Amino acid sequence: MTKRLNRREFLTTSALGTAAAAAGTSTLFFPAIVRAQEPIRIGQLIPFTGFLGAIGEYGKQGATLAVEELNEKGGALGRKLELITEDEANPGVAVQKARKLIEKDKVVAIEGLVSSASCLAVGDEVQRAKVLMINAGANSDEIRSKRCHRYVFSTEGCNTQYVSAIGNWLIKERKVSRWYFLTSDYAFGHDLLRVARNLLMANKGTEVGSDLAPTGTTDFSQYITKMKAAKPDLIFHNLAGADVTNFLKQYAESGMTIEVAGGVIDSAFAWPVGESLRGHFPIIWWQELTNPASKAWAARYVKRWGRPPDNQAYGDYLAVHAIAQAIDKAKSTDSAKLVSALEGHTLTGAMDGLKGRPLTFRAWDHQLLQPMYVVAAKNKAKWKDKWDIFEIIQEVPPRSASLEDIAIPKAESQCQLEPLA
Amino acid sequence: MTPAVFAEFLLNGLVLGALYVLMALGLSIIFGMIGVINFAHGALFTLGAYVAFQVKDALGFVGALVVAPVLVGLLGMLIEATLLRRLYLQDPLQGLLLTFGLAMVLEQGIRLVWGLSPKAFNMPPALAGALTLGALTYSKYRTFILVSVILLIVGLMLFLQKTPIGTIVRAGSRDPMMVRLLGISLTPVLTFVFGLGTAFAAIAGVLYAPLAGVQPAMGVNVGTAAFVVVTIGGLGSFWGAIISGLLVGQVVSLSIYFQPRAAEASMYVLMAVILLLRPRGLMGERWEKFD
Repeated sequence: MTKRLNRREFLTTSALGTAAAAAGTSTLFFPAIVRAQEPIRIGQLIPFTGFLGAIGEYGKQGATLAVEELNEKGGALGRKLELITEDEANPGVAVQKARKLIEKDKVVAIEGLVSSASCLAVGDEVQRAKVLMINAGANSDEIRSKRCHRYVFSTEGCNTQYVSAIGNWLIKERKVSRWYFLTSDYAFGHDLLRVARNLLMANKGTEVGSDLAPTGTTDFSQYITKMKAAKPDLIFHNLAGADVTNFLKQYAESGMTIEVAGGVIDSAFAWPVGESLRGHFPIIWWQELTNPASKAWAARYVKRWGRPPDNQAYGDYLAVHAIAQAIDKAKSTDSAKLVSALEGHTLTGAMDGLKGRPLTFRAWDHQLLQPMYVVAAKNKAKWKDKWDIFEIIQEVPPRSASLEDIAIPKAESQCQLEPLA
Repeated sequence: MTPAVFAEFLLNGLVLGALYVLMALGLSIIFGMIGVINFAHGALFTLGAYVAFQVKDALGFVGALVVAPVLVGLLGMLIEATLLRRLYLQDPLQGLLLTFGLAMVLEQGIRLVWGLSPKAFNMPPALAGALTLGALTYSKYRTFILVSVILLIVGLMLFLQKTPIGTIVRAGSRDPMMVRLLGISLTPVLTFVFGLGTAFAAIAGVLYAPLAGVQPAMGVNVGTAAFVVVTIGGLGSFWGAIISGLLVGQVVSLSIYFQPRAAEASMYVLMAVILLLRPRGLMGERWEKFD
């Protein structure tokens, strides 16, 4: 030994050495007090690159705000929370990053995900590793149905919820029956197309055309010309990310006046369309919600980040709070206990979902039942500022009806959850 | 398909092709003169759109269309004079690596400065809406793109054919040694050519901005397409870039009509077929600089 120990170091080392020897392992070498103060880590996977890249920034800000607010109130189980964010990029990278979060960072749970393809891949991975995951941004029904997992929960709405909300409204209020579909050629788009088609067929409508566009398509003019020639009474797009921006801009610029709607919308991709935005969309959260909790949250977000939150910021904010509620309820960070705590859990306290009505995770498929909002593009003359692009037309289902009305019915779901252990 | 719809299809393909031509001309002129394949071309396209976004409120769209390419072109000249120039006598791969790295630095730099969220770039009011010509209605702005690109091609051609610098550029791309022996210093000409090429990428970016959101990855697909166009046309060939750009525009357009899922693949299939039949590309004279 080259360095002499002073008295204090000698005492600690020998005491710990004895304790370790007694326990028969050297991993207990940390004093208990240090372990208690180690933060509870939550992993976040969210895209920062590629055609979904823009929403990653919002998702990270939402999750960060949630962690900051929770830590101000003492964190969870008396420990601070810490967020570790990684780029989900593509399914392959997302799985690698999930492994890194689980094995190296020892996160208690993973939240986030936007691409359905990535979410499906990471879902399989967390089920193998038995680590809780909350999907805050991927929409494919598959995630909750055929490929549902015991360790995977969804705060994000699924395609069925979104499409039921907008589709029934369009058919009933706008009386449109001849639809033309434009769909992103990947997991999310295909799933959304299937759900939208089913709804149109159930209402005895006609499909006058359907095109699949590769993700990252920059020029939609040919698709638009095809639509014009087919003379539909509604153009229903199942696009995601930057493709939404490009399509809606170019649609407006083409001078076409046929009604346009989308199976889903991210405001982060609608804002850059600017004054030419038009159409009707279903959205999971919008800044015009009038309940006090939602307004207060939007104000806190603006104060912290200098711009209003989008729906993805809402999703990740909600997911982090759901994880914290699970930890408090289970009084543990053990993944299996967290899963049990969330099954059938109704969001409570400060973060009840910000919708002025109780929101509950279904126990049998882990979907958070949520209302959707049909929004219409606002005329520029009515904007308060450049963020003020939508007006809420309707909450679906209405307060008088059950949130089950727009969700995947149990009879149609193929979800078979694995046993917990 | 009615004649009006068919005409619209051809026009759409022409506008798409026109953007490819702009990108490809920039790439081609740089390669022809300097022998470097500029991998940062897509990122410079994006930078052009962002700079235009930044200045358009103060200068208007037309002002931005002039100022953004000039600024990006100056940046290109700076890059040539400080970085690229050191590598001329080295292995050509080094220049390739430099521009490859530059592409990443530029794209991440854009993310740092402007953030990840796409920016709204509204259509200039005077160019919004559609023109009607009999049964055909067509977007004013797309017509504006077509006219602008034609003017730019004519301008570049006149510059290369009729001005003293243009003559040096053409001579330099044929036989740099001979030009030097005649007592003409090529150093400032190379700097200028790199700046000109990057300015063309920036012009394409600005023209494209009102059609799409301005976002950090907007140049990726266009940049890749530009490489395909240049390869098909023949590396370093002026007319090759133009013919090939228009050809690729039509092929992509038509494949969207018949089989949209193949739209992305169609240009690569075209490239493979042409390279099999003619390895140097449509108008390529020889395997310049790659021997």
